[in-house]
Amino acid sequence: MEAKKLNLKLKIWRQKNSNSVGSFVDYDVQVSPDASFLEMLDELNNRLEANNEEPIVFESDCREGICGTCGLVINGHPHGPLPKIATCQLHMRNFKDGETIWVEPFRAKAFPVIKDLMVDRSGFDKILQAGGYISVNTGGAPDANSIPVPKDAASEAFDAAACIGCGACVAACKNASAMLFVSAKISHLGLLPQGQPERYIRVQRMIKVMDELGFGSCTNTYACEAECPKGISVTNIARMNRDYVRAKFTSKIAEV
Amino acid sequence: MGWFNTFINSSLGKKFIMALTGSFLIIFLIIHLIGNITLYFGPDAFNGYVKTLDVIKPLIRIIELVLLSAFIFHIFNGVRLWLENKQARPVTYKVNGSPENTTLFSRTMFVSGSVIFIFLVLHLGTFFWRFNVHDPQQLADSHQYYDIVVGFFQIWWYVLLYVIAMILLGFHLNHGFQSAFQTFGWNHKKYTPLIKKIGTAYAIIMAVGFASMPIYFFFFYGGNQ
Repeated sequence: MEAKKLNLKLKIWRQKNSNSVGSFVDYDVQVSPDASFLEMLDELNNRLEANNEEPIVFESDCREGICGTCGLVINGHPHGPLPKIATCQLHMRNFKDGETIWVEPFRAKAFPVIKDLMVDRSGFDKILQAGGYISVNTGGAPDANSIPVPKDAASEAFDAAACIGCGACVAACKNASAMLFVSAKISHLGLLPQGQPERYIRVQRMIKVMDELGFGSCTNTYACEAECPKGISVTNIARMNRDYVRAKFTSKIAEV
Repeated sequence: MGWFNTFINSSLGKKFIMALTGSFLIIFLIIHLIGNITLYFGPDAFNGYVKTLDVIKPLIRIIELVLLSAFIFHIFNGVRLWLENKQARPVTYKVNGSPENTTLFSRTMFVSGSVIFIFLVLHLGTFFWRFNVHDPQQLADSHQYYDIVVGFFQIWWYVLLYVIAMILLGFHLNHGFQSAFQTFGWNHKKYTPLIKKIGTAYAIIMAVGFASMPIYFFFFYGGNQ
């Protein structure tokens, strides 16, 4: 037997484009508790389209929590109230019948709203382009495991590399700071031998671009870590701080 | 020195200044509290302590200068960061989840800092000014430091403001202490939990220690004899 449907009141942010002023619009929905949050929005959009209304724009791609596309702020929490999941992994059984749910886009100067719940996160790409890579020579693929990596370094680098670049850290931070994201990228390269040659130039270049894009500064509230769908640790921010101070005070590389 | 300018004007550099000046102020507060405890041992102990500081005045003046610059940089930089961080989110959330994912102490650094600043101005006006500028010769002769302090601790609104400011100082220090370690890049699962505990203990000792003095002199002090 199908589970009893939930009656919910949604208050969804609607905004025509990046230049217009948005506002919340109320929608009453009936949804199965087995539906995911995005399926509920899909159903609502089907209804809106059937009525010749403008559907709600939101982003999604893989719908299995690994692509980092589906960022929504639900009742004040990026990716909803549950820990360590993306919006697509949130199911309606976690809400109570009759509940009011506020749905907002990620809010940051560096993440301007494109339309409704969709924001422009290309700032993250610009930060990565500034240094979130390693330079390698072309040619035949190197033999696997030819460079020894200690197990603890490999594990820690992998934990940092679990970052899906969704931007929930920016959305959660009261200062809209991108430091958890940037530090995760700096750490997953900086912990491995392949990342060493560019380690201290990388941190300077990425932070320069991060600052230029208008992200805020970290005040160590650790909201980012609490809301991160992948559980990225703020120890990465400490590592980034270390690397940056070291780069600025001791590195002989030309000015960035 | 171009690199240094880049550093201190970067987001990380500004954090670093907060942590560096904050650490200095954390150490200063310990010394300040130890000195103030002489109030509990009567007029002779406290006046004697102030006189001792007078003897090493040149050294004290140098420390005061460092202290002043630490305060100025900490406050100026804090206000600057607060303004810039406000600008990083021009449209705010309707529903704010921060009470569930952050501590009260970390969210309210600007508010607690502002109240401490108001207190600091008043504090310097009452004690520092009277001890140093307002006819210090007469004070030095008659050992009136103790009476000035106790006098202020009889004014109800001064005591109230003092105690409120000290509670908020505790809030500020509880976050600031561990935050400084994080900013310096010292975060490790082996010792960070201990640092947080030490920070909380330090914050409580400072808040209770400093607040106890006006409370004692307002409610329990029966006069010099």
